[in-house]
Amino acid sequence: MSAPIKNPAAETLPRKSGLAGLAADWASDQRTFKDVSWGKAMMWIFLLSDTFVFGCFLLAYMSARMSTAVPWPNPSEVFALEIGGVHMPLILIAIMTFVLISSSGTMAMAVNYGYRRDRRKTAALMLLTALFGATFVGMQAFEWTKLIAEGVRPWGNPWGAAQFGSTFFMITGFHGTHVTFGVIFLLIIARKVWRGDFESERRGFFTSRKGRYEIVEITGLYWHFVDLVWVFIFAFFYLW
Amino acid sequence: MAHAETHAAQHAAIHTEHQQHPIKLYLLVWGLLFILSALSYLVDYFGLQGYLRWSLILIFMMLKAGLIVAVFMHMAWERLALIYAIILPPLLVLVFVALMVSESNYILFTRLTFFGGGE
Repeated sequence: MSAPIKNPAAETLPRKSGLAGLAADWASDQRTFKDVSWGKAMMWIFLLSDTFVFGCFLLAYMSARMSTAVPWPNPSEVFALEIGGVHMPLILIAIMTFVLISSSGTMAMAVNYGYRRDRRKTAALMLLTALFGATFVGMQAFEWTKLIAEGVRPWGNPWGAAQFGSTFFMITGFHGTHVTFGVIFLLIIARKVWRGDFESERRGFFTSRKGRYEIVEITGLYWHFVDLVWVFIFAFFYLW
Repeated sequence: MAHAETHAAQHAAIHTEHQQHPIKLYLLVWGLLFILSALSYLVDYFGLQGYLRWSLILIFMMLKAGLIVAVFMHMAWERLALIYAIILPPLLVLVFVALMVSESNYILFTRLTFFGGGE
């Protein structure tokens, strides 16, 4: 077993910034992602892979929609609701968007309080985020139920192109699954924060080292990504 | 002076490791995301069509995505090595988009030509 090679100069020399820093960070045998823990780097790389998955779904939807000669249903009307006798186009999607954005806001604040080691506020804000997430999934369940009742199926719908149903269930379903996993992840980490697992030496799933609240930020990265994907789905599926 | 320098260095180290930013910044971004979403909703509400609709929707979408990634996901404070590793690969998807737009137009053309728009 050889001892790991250390380069004391690298520890003391100031790191370059800008493009020179980019080249230096990527050059030769060293850690590329300085200042970034493995947990955070791996979450980013996972999110990059997830970006490609969602990118391919949206691309498949775009290709299906652009290549069909049958008229595409008007999403503005499909997702309209009658509230108190008033016809409101796309209202359900608008509310879902605001709920998800709010959950991103509370999550960002939870990360902040996590690094301030304010356990109660961090856990409370994470629970609020999870609540917003669960509300979103609940509204999506309502949306699906309504559309299924109206006759939308993966192989057809009453208003036109059959591909509408298959791409709708695929894309929103996959996004909703991500939100659901996010809620579970948030609840697990919020419980650990509340109990003080990151202060005590308690070992466990995702517990990491004492005094480190970075897992809150990593959870946050996943959660903000879910919101980010919704931004694209909102633009391409509901507004197109 | 030396003291001030060490203090600044310590502060920088804490800053990079802990991603501490004022709550006010998050609230500001939160508000901006609300406004941008409301604006893109209004594009549909007023029934804007054509290039105007598309440019507005895409601008609001990119602004929202940028705010989320830069501030909420702290990308603005990361080193370029990470920023480029994460941001550049998805941009290459645009090549795929261009390919599929061309392909979709061709498929639509053949469908209209040979099936008369039936299926």
